[in-house]
Amino acid sequence: MLFLWVSDCRGILVSQDNLKKYQFLEHTADAKFQAFGRSLEEAFVNAVYATVSLMWDREKIGRKIQQPVKVQGRDLEQLLVNFLEEILYLLDSQMFLLHSAEKIKIRREAERYVLEGHFLGDDYGKYYQPYGDVKAITYNEMEIHANDLFMVQVVVDV
Amino acid sequence: MELERINAYTYKILKRGNMKVPTVIYASSKLLESIKRDRTLEQAQNVACLPGIQKMAYVMPDGHQGYGFPIGGVAAFDLDDGVISPGGVGYDINCGVRLLKTDFMEKDVEAKKTGLLAQIFRLVPAGVGKGGIFQLSRRVLEDVCLKGAEWAVDNGYGMRMDLERTEEYGRMKSADPNYLSKRAIERGIPQLGTLGAGNHFLEIQKVDNIYDPDVAKIFGIHSLGQILVMIHCGSRGLGHQVASDYIRAMENKYRTSDLPDRELINAPIRSELGQQYYKSMSAAVNFAFANRQMIAHCVRDVFQKVLGSSEGMDQVYDVCHNVAKFEKHEIDGKEKDVCIHRKGATRSFGPGREEIPEVYRSVGQPVIIPGSMGTASYILVGTRQAEQLSFGSTAHGAGRMMSRHEARRRFRGEQIKQDMAGKGIELQSTNWRGIAEEAAQAYKDVDEVVNVSHEVGIGKLVVRVVPVGVMKG
Repeated sequence: MLFLWVSDCRGILVSQDNLKKYQFLEHTADAKFQAFGRSLEEAFVNAVYATVSLMWDREKIGRKIQQPVKVQGRDLEQLLVNFLEEILYLLDSQMFLLHSAEKIKIRREAERYVLEGHFLGDDYGKYYQPYGDVKAITYNEMEIHANDLFMVQVVVDV
Repeated sequence: MELERINAYTYKILKRGNMKVPTVIYASSKLLESIKRDRTLEQAQNVACLPGIQKMAYVMPDGHQGYGFPIGGVAAFDLDDGVISPGGVGYDINCGVRLLKTDFMEKDVEAKKTGLLAQIFRLVPAGVGKGGIFQLSRRVLEDVCLKGAEWAVDNGYGMRMDLERTEEYGRMKSADPNYLSKRAIERGIPQLGTLGAGNHFLEIQKVDNIYDPDVAKIFGIHSLGQILVMIHCGSRGLGHQVASDYIRAMENKYRTSDLPDRELINAPIRSELGQQYYKSMSAAVNFAFANRQMIAHCVRDVFQKVLGSSEGMDQVYDVCHNVAKFEKHEIDGKEKDVCIHRKGATRSFGPGREEIPEVYRSVGQPVIIPGSMGTASYILVGTRQAEQLSFGSTAHGAGRMMSRHEARRRFRGEQIKQDMAGKGIELQSTNWRGIAEEAAQAYKDVDEVVNVSHEVGIGKLVVRVVPVGVMKG
């Protein structure tokens, strides 16, 4: 379900063309962030970058391997959890470190949402130095808002 | 919210609204202040509303805000009309602690400490997404999840005596790896024998204080300065995936709209999905037992190589901090089978319980409570009182009170390492940022936490240990 986002958006617009990707908020035990976008897709992708920022510097990762991504959700919240979980799954099972998420499209299909696109990144190898862990993506305090701008709020278990 | 003070260390929230039972919090006034600052109490009251909950919803002295259930939360459910909830166990299923004793004294290891730690650091992979040295097939991984620490011992990693001194004897018989998703298995395959990151650690410690020499002796701890090894880790990506998988499956099957918090999603214990979760969770519990078993084996190997002997390196005990299981408890004067959820809590059974090994049955089980980085850790003993007061449970650690972000802003990893070196504690880690985030000042005072446990009587002080060498993921 999409709620109307009524809060003041000016704080996140660095300039007319330059939108802040995400910001972290205080949370005692875990990590809480808001990610922004001009489209739902952009906000979801920025949520990927916020999650990755807790583990490694994605700017330092090569764009050598392409991983197709396709996830579904019975609502947008579940879609977002499943999407972000892909990062953790690919890290643990294939030692894949993400650089970027590209060509991400979200569509509505009957009773569910479907997200498709791909991740670009590189193999963990010997050279990369991740610095933090994300154990799981949670529904805790999750919010998805849409107005002129889109905002998703996520707490991840670290 | 009406918080009734029962005594110096016990507070109660009376039943109201949809609560089926009251909530009880074991805390000092200082710890209570910290507990009140986040959503712990609200979350505990939500737990008290769940179907089939028995007696009370408990919060341990190190309680803090979690997802759905608070961390430091203990709840028991009726087997016929109660529920089982992945959020009541947590994402890191069977995150737990294993303690090995040695017959070495501080002076024996002092000169070789650096070598010991460096070797362990080399043999036990640690850090984010770090794979292990064991290449497993899917079939072997399923075997690990079926048999737990038993699998490890059968394959030469450790001794049979280790199994006896592990909660559930190192193997939950309810495990059925057939219910694990392909993803859970794929995440588990590279990670057996790895420590992980975050708050997980491996410590070489020395005994700093003995409160109860008779019980300590039964646990194998006899002298001040005696060296022990503590291993804190869990079921890694496999366990996290099991939790995520079943939260999703339960969401798709049951409505979430009437839940105060989506992470409270649950299934009736008797339902097919409830049973499947229990069997998968048990498989993840076994993975974690096997994981700690293999790490313990590596540690003994390193001691053998560096100090020339690993004799006397018996396991004291291995406890789960995040688990659900079926246990018998006295409720309204009658013994009853219930499904206990311990999320960030340690089982603390007193003398006589058949679940604890014969060697400890006359005194109660060892309860291992790790502190934060560079601080003391404790060994307590379980009590009969705990069975009355908290379904045989007590605290599990210090409990965070400062965000990682804030910790990074306030502390520098390099400085922490230097400060610890000044106290004679050697530190090995995969990165500075993780060290800053795990600064002891970001945690509650573990001394205060165990003191409440002792005063309430849900876990009595036996031994205090301090680190001499720390390895962080």
